[in-house]
Amino acid sequence: MACLVRSWIPLLFLQSFLVAIAFGSNEGEEFSEELLLKPLPDRKVLAHFHFENRAPPSNSHGRNHHLFPKAISQLVQKFRVKEMELSFTQGRWNHEHWGGFDPLSSMNAKPVGVELWAVFDVPQSQVDISWKNLTHALSGLFCASINFLESSTSYAAPTWGFGTNSDKLRYGSLPREAVCTENLTPWLKLLPCRDKDGISALMNRPSVYRGFYHSQRLHLSTVESGQEGLGSGIVLEQTLTVVIQPETTSVETNMQPSWSLSSLFGRKVVGSCVLAKSSNVYLQLEGRLGHESKNVDTEIEAHKLWMNSDFDLSLKPDRVIRESSSLLFIFDIDKSSDSEPFDLGLTWKLPSKWSCEQAPLHASRFLMGSGNERGAIAILLKATESQEKLSGRNLTTDGRCTIKANIFQIFPWYIKVYYHTLQIFVDQQQKTDSEVLKKINVSPSTDKVSSGMLEMMLELPCEVKSAAISIEYDKGFLHIDEYPPDANQGFDIPSALISFPSHHASLDFQEELSKSPLLSSFKEKSLVRSYTEVLLVPLTTPDFSMPYNVITITCTIFALYFGSLLNVLRRRIGEEERFLKSQAGKKRGGLKQLLSRLTAKIRGRPIEAPSSESPAAESSFLSSKLIFKIILVAGAAAAWQYFSTDK
Amino acid sequence: MAHHCCSRFLDLSRFRGLKGNQVISCADILSAMLLRGIGQKLQMAYGLNARLLGFFMDKVILPCGDIAALVYFWNPFTIVSCVGLSTSPIENLAVILALFGAVTRRVPLAAFGFVMATHLSLYPATLAIPIIIILRYGLDAPPIKLFLQTRSVENEKSSTSTVSKQAKSKQTTHLPFLWKTVAHFLFWVLLWSLYVLVLCALSLNKYGGLEEMFKRTYGFILSIEDLSPNIGVFWYFFAEVFDFFRNFFLIVFHVNVLFMLLPLVIRLKHRPCFLAFVYLAISSILKSYPSVGDSALYLSLWALFVNELVDMKFSFFLFCGYLGISLLSPVMHNLWIWRGTGNANFYFGNAIGYACFQIVFVVESVSAMLNHDRALRRSSSNHGEVKS
Repeated sequence: MACLVRSWIPLLFLQSFLVAIAFGSNEGEEFSEELLLKPLPDRKVLAHFHFENRAPPSNSHGRNHHLFPKAISQLVQKFRVKEMELSFTQGRWNHEHWGGFDPLSSMNAKPVGVELWAVFDVPQSQVDISWKNLTHALSGLFCASINFLESSTSYAAPTWGFGTNSDKLRYGSLPREAVCTENLTPWLKLLPCRDKDGISALMNRPSVYRGFYHSQRLHLSTVESGQEGLGSGIVLEQTLTVVIQPETTSVETNMQPSWSLSSLFGRKVVGSCVLAKSSNVYLQLEGRLGHESKNVDTEIEAHKLWMNSDFDLSLKPDRVIRESSSLLFIFDIDKSSDSEPFDLGLTWKLPSKWSCEQAPLHASRFLMGSGNERGAIAILLKATESQEKLSGRNLTTDGRCTIKANIFQIFPWYIKVYYHTLQIFVDQQQKTDSEVLKKINVSPSTDKVSSGMLEMMLELPCEVKSAAISIEYDKGFLHIDEYPPDANQGFDIPSALISFPSHHASLDFQEELSKSPLLSSFKEKSLVRSYTEVLLVPLTTPDFSMPYNVITITCTIFALYFGSLLNVLRRRIGEEERFLKSQAGKKRGGLKQLLSRLTAKIRGRPIEAPSSESPAAESSFLSSKLIFKIILVAGAAAAWQYFSTDK
Repeated sequence: MAHHCCSRFLDLSRFRGLKGNQVISCADILSAMLLRGIGQKLQMAYGLNARLLGFFMDKVILPCGDIAALVYFWNPFTIVSCVGLSTSPIENLAVILALFGAVTRRVPLAAFGFVMATHLSLYPATLAIPIIIILRYGLDAPPIKLFLQTRSVENEKSSTSTVSKQAKSKQTTHLPFLWKTVAHFLFWVLLWSLYVLVLCALSLNKYGGLEEMFKRTYGFILSIEDLSPNIGVFWYFFAEVFDFFRNFFLIVFHVNVLFMLLPLVIRLKHRPCFLAFVYLAISSILKSYPSVGDSALYLSLWALFVNELVDMKFSFFLFCGYLGISLLSPVMHNLWIWRGTGNANFYFGNAIGYACFQIVFVVESVSAMLNHDRALRRSSSNHGEVKS
């Protein structure tokens, strides 16, 4: 056995060598791995893993992929997905402390649970079918209950409120989905090096899931080649965003905690993934730190950037890039090796404070009312401090300064929203719809068929302090099977999405960048959006333990009704009976006579009137009736047989 | 649909928005007036029949029209459904209009009321039978046999020729068959329903037309999709029943409404107005989404027959039952829905109790009416014997 293993090892080496050659020869497919580290103002550290896999347009793609995961390319081809994003999130993004106006937060701050949206490249009539199939495929691929998004009650077709204007867009989210390592493993499987090598080796499960927030995201988009005969290329972007609290020993509360990669993740990076074209680690320091030293040209001053009176970096950055309000240190991990692992550390020397840029309005959502009959949902938009600094305000034709805010919200059908009760308050004063509501699109829900959707665009004055939107609803009553296993916990209403169409977040790098997918995606303008909390709505529950009792009691009532009413109707008393008997005595047929005989026999009385007819005739009459009945029953049976076999 | 009556009634905030209730209170007033009209006709018929049969002249005939109108007006159920802005007063108005038209032999009016009531709530479709009987045979009367008996007694006493006796008895066994009126009624029903359907089709043209309307109205009634609590028993039954049996029980329950139509016609064909009352009471028990407004209707119709139903059994027990249920069910609803301290069984228990009381009420009314007819026969035969 041992001998066999030994003979296999060189073969494996050879194979991997050949594979490496094959990859080397394949110019098209590119893979890059990047990690962005960012200390947050509230003594936490954000780690953002970014993996990008590009499959260029080619004739043969789908059959021969070297780096690109085959499962994804098949998915794209089969369901003709134009663009798709799937995210698994646990925890809530803290917009106040972790930022709300940078590309990182607007792209990676996701609602709790699973969120999936996809744009299809199929005829309008087939979009829903494609969506259903896609949810099933993804459900299998990621070990999650994404297939619950299949039912028409759980997804919606946003027209413009979501930010992507397409009539072939479908959006759905599952707020209660528990995200855990079983979802991460299949996600890692899509990476060429999995979590064995390179940056992804840092993903130590206990440290990832110990964090305050983690969101794994998969975004894929197809790139049209434009050339005839060529298929479309696919760009697969996988990100994992984790917010971790470093363990500190210092007692000073105002001192930022010092950390290193090994203290955060319990692991070190040992070399890059050999299949990656580039593997970089970035450290972004926000706030006043960036402004401290300007016009740094010389080597000494550059050195000061990463080793100064405020903080120390354990490694020398390969490059330093200045952004409008932050510093970006770039490290290339190719140089690290087994003997010298890459373990970036940041040591603070002085207490420092800074704040993150925030979205123009901070959104929160809550429930109003009590009881299980009705209630109201309110969305509160509060002005943030950084609002004055922001550009991107719109001046309307009459010169007023306005902020536009899109609100996109899905209501499950059992939240029966009354759209006419929509009320908008700006600075505690109720406004009419025409004053602030610029655009609204409502698609009401249908019981047990489809969910409701509300999209609206508010145009608020720039000096607004707070704006509140409230809408009333009635709670529905469900069938016993429609309740989840823990029905008394309540039902989750998916997060509302607040986006600011006139505000775009981007990092403005002053220097020309090397080809880094992460940084170039940061450089692109992205829509500022934030998700609100998931709401927990308690619904009334029937008694789950007694369906049998309910069925039997109700049926008893029906029996009571039927039996007693029929009894009253057919009851005859003394004289009526006598009258009927005398009537019957006058003219009686064969059957009646027989019946009267029978009853007389049973009662033990003598027969009142002697029969004149012969017993033979009687029996023949009886038999003909009997034969008729038998034929009837047989015919019914035959018909039943015929119809039941026909099905 | 008026199935939220109970809960609406609890919510005081609804009192603020009582804008639309003018229509509803007008409908209630009109219903009461029409009931009074029906009652006066019935009272006249009762007096006439009593005189024809030649007894009960010593007894005071109660003004049943006034009583029924008062019962309709001051019934807490009517007030609650009016205050709760339920649509049941309008449905009730249509039903009463149909009966009024039939009683006063205004055929187009009867057809209009009938078509509107059916259009609004489907269940009054069963009223076709009593209305046709009213139009064919006339108002409520004691059984025809009774008249025959009295006639024959009188004939035996007065006439000597057998020929005239035979002729007379023949005349009376076959009451005038007013086929013409019935055809007239059917024609008007057809006309009105065509009119309503065309109007609906025109107005719903953009929203899926009539097919969609039937699906969303009658389909909604028949398939019991809405499971919010009401005073009936179906909502909880269909919330709990296994999906596999759902269709079976739907069929059973709806057929139950229809099952009793024929036996009741056979036994009560001489009293079509009372038959209409029984049909309405049964449909308000077995309705998909019953409301207290339906009870208000059949209770006031019941008051039309106070003369006949004076000997009804269990009346005090039933009164207490209705009172208890109407006090307890808001409490239980509140405990379950608003306070969350009770559970669904509390309220469902009330609904079951209410259904039981209603069933006992209907059964006892029918029984009392049949007993009344028996008593009439007995006394008439006694009368005849005494006379002879």
